[in-house]
Amino acid sequence: MTSVLTAPAVEPPAASPRGRRRARRSPRSAPRSTLTRGSALGLGIAMVWFSLLVLIPLTAVVATAGEGGWDRYLSVLRNDQTWAAVTLTVGQALLVTALNVVVGTVIAWVLVRDRFWGKAALDVVIDVPFALPTIVAGLVLLSLYGPNSPLGVHWAFTEHAVTLALAFVTLPFVVRTVQPVLEELEVDVEEAAASLGARRGTILRRILLPSLAPAIAAGAALSFARAISEYGSLVLLSGNRPYETEVVSVRVLTFIENGNTASAAALASVMLAIALVVIVALDLVQRRVARRG
Amino acid sequence: MSIEVRGITKRFGDFVALDDFNVLLPSGQLTALLGPSGGGKSTLLRIIAGLDRADAGSVSIEGVDATGLPAQKRDVGFVFQHYAVFKHLTVAKNVAFGLEIRAHGGLRPPWAAQRRADRARIDRRVAELLELVHLSQFADRLPSQLSGGQRQRMALARALAVEPKVLLLDEPFGALDAKVRKELREWLRRLHDEVHVTTVFVTHDQEEALEVADEIVVINDGRVEQIGTPDRLYDEPANDFVMGFLGDVTRVNGQLVRPHDIDISRVPLLAGAVEGTVARLLRVGFEVRATVLTDDGEEVLVQLTRTHARAVGLEEGVTVWLTPVTGAATVPALPSMRSAG
Ligand SMILES: Nc1ncnc2c1ncn2[C@@H]1O[C@H](COP(=O)(O)OP(=O)(O)OP(=O)(O)O)[C@@H](O)[C@H]1O
Ligand SMILES: [Mg+2]
Repeated sequence: MTSVLTAPAVEPPAASPRGRRRARRSPRSAPRSTLTRGSALGLGIAMVWFSLLVLIPLTAVVATAGEGGWDRYLSVLRNDQTWAAVTLTVGQALLVTALNVVVGTVIAWVLVRDRFWGKAALDVVIDVPFALPTIVAGLVLLSLYGPNSPLGVHWAFTEHAVTLALAFVTLPFVVRTVQPVLEELEVDVEEAAASLGARRGTILRRILLPSLAPAIAAGAALSFARAISEYGSLVLLSGNRPYETEVVSVRVLTFIENGNTASAAALASVMLAIALVVIVALDLVQRRVARRG
Repeated sequence: MSIEVRGITKRFGDFVALDDFNVLLPSGQLTALLGPSGGGKSTLLRIIAGLDRADAGSVSIEGVDATGLPAQKRDVGFVFQHYAVFKHLTVAKNVAFGLEIRAHGGLRPPWAAQRRADRARIDRRVAELLELVHLSQFADRLPSQLSGGQRQRMALARALAVEPKVLLLDEPFGALDAKVRKELREWLRRLHDEVHVTTVFVTHDQEEALEVADEIVVINDGRVEQIGTPDRLYDEPANDFVMGFLGDVTRVNGQLVRPHDIDISRVPLLAGAVEGTVARLLRVGFEVRATVLTDDGEEVLVQLTRTHARAVGLEEGVTVWLTPVTGAATVPALPSMRSAG
């Protein structure tokens, strides 16, 4: 697809200069379409691909869920066990995402700005939660925090287990989105702020955060999305106890195993709505912070 | 004395960037720090601004010992070579940044009366400054929508906004093309004549220093080579390095002379004149550059105007006699001349 996008774009000769002139006159007007024939083809392919993989299956899920009408939705959500799974999953996902926003940014900061022994190793190890098959991640956590814990921490089959597993698998997201942006930030911008009288905290709030906000938000969105969908690393450690440690993905699987596809679809579309709300909210917050100064 | 640097030493590992450095920079003056790349100019400027710490020595600004003060408390405006703009803030907000911090630190709630009064005062001051740097019509643009020269003027306004005791500029025009650079340095000179803030700027362009500065400090290898007015430095260079760095030099009769300070004639008029033959003649615009091969095997470069060359009757292959003109700046050439410029 990349080759399609970078293929020499044939520009309609008349349209382009006029467009450029207009853009200069009103730099803040709404973005005008910049599609050339080459990139139009690229966009077309991207849309077909996206539709096949994402839009059509999602529509199918929503349609299946909608077959039973509102009653189906309500009855699924009214089920106490399902509701408990939804609140647990969303609550834990939000908690872990908030944690990642802080810890991930700090780790990225340390990796970019500080020099210490073992830094290169840490930089590589950050990706391990990405690389491990999730069930192996569950096994690793179980051996450390399970019934035979060498640390004496018995968190298996409790809500902490869910937090732990989610935190483990979502750790790299914020780190990896913030790190490159932080590397690109010029130190002299911070020095300029300091010589204008800004203290560390002010520089962080008014100079660094606005620059990092888009990256942090992107990492947070990835982290949240991964957390509400996590399955593999949880099943071993949490024990899937109804009302206590059962998450949505396990609940969906149970529905499907019982042949209750419509309920599974209803629950899935609820999660879809939640994910959308959170991602849009993150984007709004990020835009606010990025513009603040 | 406005800026007093005493015995500053700065090492990076084993490397000594500044070696027991002393300099006094008077109030209200425009001083250039001139020297070759790696000489320690930026390091010195950053130490004065408090952005770097010296290993030894002291800095005082307007009579106040600033050695232990952090950058925030030094009351110094700093302009960086690559502008260091706050990308997410408009031009006006960039300029207002230091003023806002001083006014309320952003901590007073927006509805407080004091904050509204501050806002009005800051807006007025920002408008004044944008007027001063000719950017009024760009107040609401983002820095990315400005040219390099405009960005640097914005950075200058931002630094001036807080009325610093001294203004430090590290190769402020280094990233700009030759024409804009020339315009901006003339403009900086006029600006300085208007606001009179003690200003130190770093450059490795001798023309820039000679044209703009009241006083030049020539720095090389972490040491001061010479301090003086542009005229003084040009006419009475303290050593071969300063002479070489401030303009072209050539060597005649064991002395370093500027190529335009050599008298050339086709008859031996003066005692002690050096005899040679014109090996090459090069015409560049109004000027003629002659390369003369002397009888002792020296290659001497002579610069003269076209009319002068015609009057003398210079041609390739003719025999000529060379003498430094009376009153010319000369420096004894050392056996191995240090590289210059
Ligand atoms: N952070 C640093 N770490 C190690 N060495 C440094 C550091 N900063 C500067 N140096 C060294 O100190 C010397 C002086 O550097 P400085 O930046 O002051 O030179 P300069 O005179 O400003 O040169 P230029 O005209 O190229 O900017 C250089 O040799 C440089 O390599
Ligand atoms: Mg420098």
